[in-house]
Amino acid sequence: MIKKYSVRINKKVHQVEADENMPLLWVLRDILGMEGTKYGCGLGSCGACTVHLNGNAVRSCQLPISSLTGMEITTIEGLSAKGDHPVQKAWLDVDVAQCGYCQSGQIMSAAALLKSTPNPTEEEIENFMTGNICRCGTYTRIKKAIQLAALKS
Amino acid sequence: MKKTDSNYSRRSFLKVTSLSGGGMMLGISWLASAKPEDSLAELNIEPVWQEVTSFIKIASDNSIKIFSPNPEFGQNVMTSLPMLIAEELDVDWKQVEVEQGNYDPKAFPRQFTGGSQGIRMAWKQLRTVGSAARQMILTAASQAWNLPVSELTTANGMITHAFSGKSETYGTFAAAAAKLPVPKDIVLKGNQSFRLIGTPQKNVVAPKIVQGKPLFGMDYREAGMLIAMTERPPAFGMRLKSFDANVAKKMPGIVDIFPIKVFNDDHKFGGFDTCSFNEVIAVVGKSTWDVMNARKKIKAVWEVAPERKEKGQNNRETTVPSGLESTTKHYAKMFEMSKKPGVIERKDGDPEKAFAEAKHVIERTYTAPFLAHNIMEPTNTFAHYVGDKVRFVAPIQIPDWIMPAIVARLGIPKENISIELVRMGGGFGRRAYGHYMIEAALISKQANAPVKLIYSREDDVSAGIYRPSYQLTYRAAFDENKKLIAFHAKGGGVPESPLHANRFPAGAIDNYLAESFVIPSNITIGAFRAPRSNFNAAAEQSFLDEISEYMSKDPIAFRLELLQRAKDNPVGKTNDYDASRYMGVLELVREKSGWGKLENAGKKRGVSAYFCHNSYAAQVIDLQVKGDQVTVELVTTALDCGVVVNPEGAKNMAEGAAIDGIGNALFGQLTLTDGKTDQRNFDTYRMIRHNEAPKKIDVHFVKNEIDPTGLGEPPFPPIFGAMANALYQATGKRFYQQPFQPQLKG
Repeated sequence: MIKKYSVRINKKVHQVEADENMPLLWVLRDILGMEGTKYGCGLGSCGACTVHLNGNAVRSCQLPISSLTGMEITTIEGLSAKGDHPVQKAWLDVDVAQCGYCQSGQIMSAAALLKSTPNPTEEEIENFMTGNICRCGTYTRIKKAIQLAALKS
Repeated sequence: MKKTDSNYSRRSFLKVTSLSGGGMMLGISWLASAKPEDSLAELNIEPVWQEVTSFIKIASDNSIKIFSPNPEFGQNVMTSLPMLIAEELDVDWKQVEVEQGNYDPKAFPRQFTGGSQGIRMAWKQLRTVGSAARQMILTAASQAWNLPVSELTTANGMITHAFSGKSETYGTFAAAAAKLPVPKDIVLKGNQSFRLIGTPQKNVVAPKIVQGKPLFGMDYREAGMLIAMTERPPAFGMRLKSFDANVAKKMPGIVDIFPIKVFNDDHKFGGFDTCSFNEVIAVVGKSTWDVMNARKKIKAVWEVAPERKEKGQNNRETTVPSGLESTTKHYAKMFEMSKKPGVIERKDGDPEKAFAEAKHVIERTYTAPFLAHNIMEPTNTFAHYVGDKVRFVAPIQIPDWIMPAIVARLGIPKENISIELVRMGGGFGRRAYGHYMIEAALISKQANAPVKLIYSREDDVSAGIYRPSYQLTYRAAFDENKKLIAFHAKGGGVPESPLHANRFPAGAIDNYLAESFVIPSNITIGAFRAPRSNFNAAAEQSFLDEISEYMSKDPIAFRLELLQRAKDNPVGKTNDYDASRYMGVLELVREKSGWGKLENAGKKRGVSAYFCHNSYAAQVIDLQVKGDQVTVELVTTALDCGVVVNPEGAKNMAEGAAIDGIGNALFGQLTLTDGKTDQRNFDTYRMIRHNEAPKKIDVHFVKNEIDPTGLGEPPFPPIFGAMANALYQATGKRFYQQPFQPQLKG
């Protein structure tokens, strides 16, 4: 059923009219025109659509719009004002990306990890990041970038 | 200094574009009032851009814009190709802004992403572009200053006359330069003079990537645009019989639902217009969610398609069989075919006699399933059909190769078709097959609206253009001294053979036989990172490992022995590899991995080496196995791809190839049951993940002066073999069937 919702994304309130089951992913991409959050699988299996919900990493393809009232959502567009979040800077320093499609989700996962675990072990990084797939195979660089971001923040 | 092949200076793109560039005047008089230290940005004045050639624009503030011609899917050509131009143009890399060139064969003669050919084909061509522009700017300065060119020097986008102390920016002379004829004799720098080539440079698009900017086809959006998806048969071998969309059409946000026929019945297939399902039901709506929901309400009736003849070029006709195919049946058929004589692809000496007289024969059969590309950004394209014109925004690897099919199907001249090239979220061969552009155009035409066609992940996995399912049977014959006297390879697949008959170890063994067979199929197949090689390397390198063990020889020493033979006294004249370069990567990987060193004696390690796409790669994997868990501790890669343009990007590519290859070797499989793929999304198609990636990857390049020979694919195939061989060391078990990991259970 189409309903009106008020969602708080990147510290701004957006009024949205959408089917109650529409996942946040498609609200962001198709209604709000925020394409930084990527579609990869629609099952929560690849992590390309990762956003922060009250500071925690979640898969936006699994979050119906109707469940978001009162929640604080952060997307890649809102992670930093100028792309200078420590994780983004580390991603540039390590030159992580190949195709780049999964990297929004990787970065959002990494930022959430470092928020809860500022100095993660290698194992903690691997386990936390396991939900984010990269077919280009940038995993070793991602790990290096997370370690660098931990060191610098 | 060396002169290039004069063909390059005659290339029309240089002439045409320098003429077309002359139309734009450069206004610089206003700069007179500005202090030299004021940059245009501070003055809040837009720089005036001057097109010197189609590849290069120079602004009045001396900013340099370089267009990268090739479609980008992560191979980092948007950095490395402009580096070639910037090197010869003699500009500071920091001045350079890179832009993706759109599809324009007149401006950009080679817009092609595939076959690891990007840098190789651009090596002289794009340096010639840079050098020509530099010489034109020098000539313009010489005329303006009334000084001979020979007294002028360039560096970092400046022209200097040392004697008088005069120095000006390229921007000053860009307008005059653009009107000059393209020089006939274009001189390129010698490799020892490179200032930029060979230095590590970061991905120029990375700042946008880390901010999630809308770079991809999937991200494209414009006013009035509708979303389209297509509903297709649930299984290969089926086709649409009828459908009822009355309920679906009434769903919220749905604009229209209609069938489209991708190709007409008389379509002549050109090779890269492969299409899994020709007749599909298009669902057009306002949002992806609306369209996804409506798809579920379509009541479609599918039927088994009859056998059909597919027309190809030169009146070639292929029979596409009827039936619902299954992996178990494919494997049974391949094993059956492997017992029968195949088509002889190469024969040296008298292999039959050698096998008959052999004291010992080792025979092993290697099998692999189909693989889906799993490009992280699912297939998509924007199309807007207006009148008799179509505008695409398309992720496409080789636009030139789909254009004939687009022209044929839409019945409009190619001048009426424009393609904006967007960054691709992976390609690996999948986006060399642009049938989806035709689908999008037909949907836009019927819906009379701009449309973005997107595939769901399930569509992408279950209606792919897969890496074929392959098999290779090797036999090696030995005399009483365990000397290798004959070698036999028989390769086949569904529906193509993986065999490269002239590859190593052909050329190294006196008695050699290579045979192939094919099993017709209605499963669509195509290029997948290092086609055929990605299977051959796994099979061949595992077999060489096993026979070296039988001969009690070190696996690297054994390969080197064979290669030495191929180098000194090759068998046959059609061997397609350079034995010296092959040996070079094996020697480098032996050194860098500490192979055979006492301190590594306890390590579970496997080696592999392969040649493909003009380059050479060798890898050593160190791993541990606990139960069904594989931990790869270290991958040591040695590569010979000639001169490395951007070591940073090249290393990233080689690391990625190792991870991608290990993932596919351990987990990758697309299997079918009654025509339906058993895997449809990442919950069932297992991809390698963070915790399964190697702990460390070392990449080493053979240093030489050979012109670049390609990098995207070569480090991918051998890792499969290194994996199998390392797993043997860890488990005592040989792995003949991909993927390997499921065999570790129990």
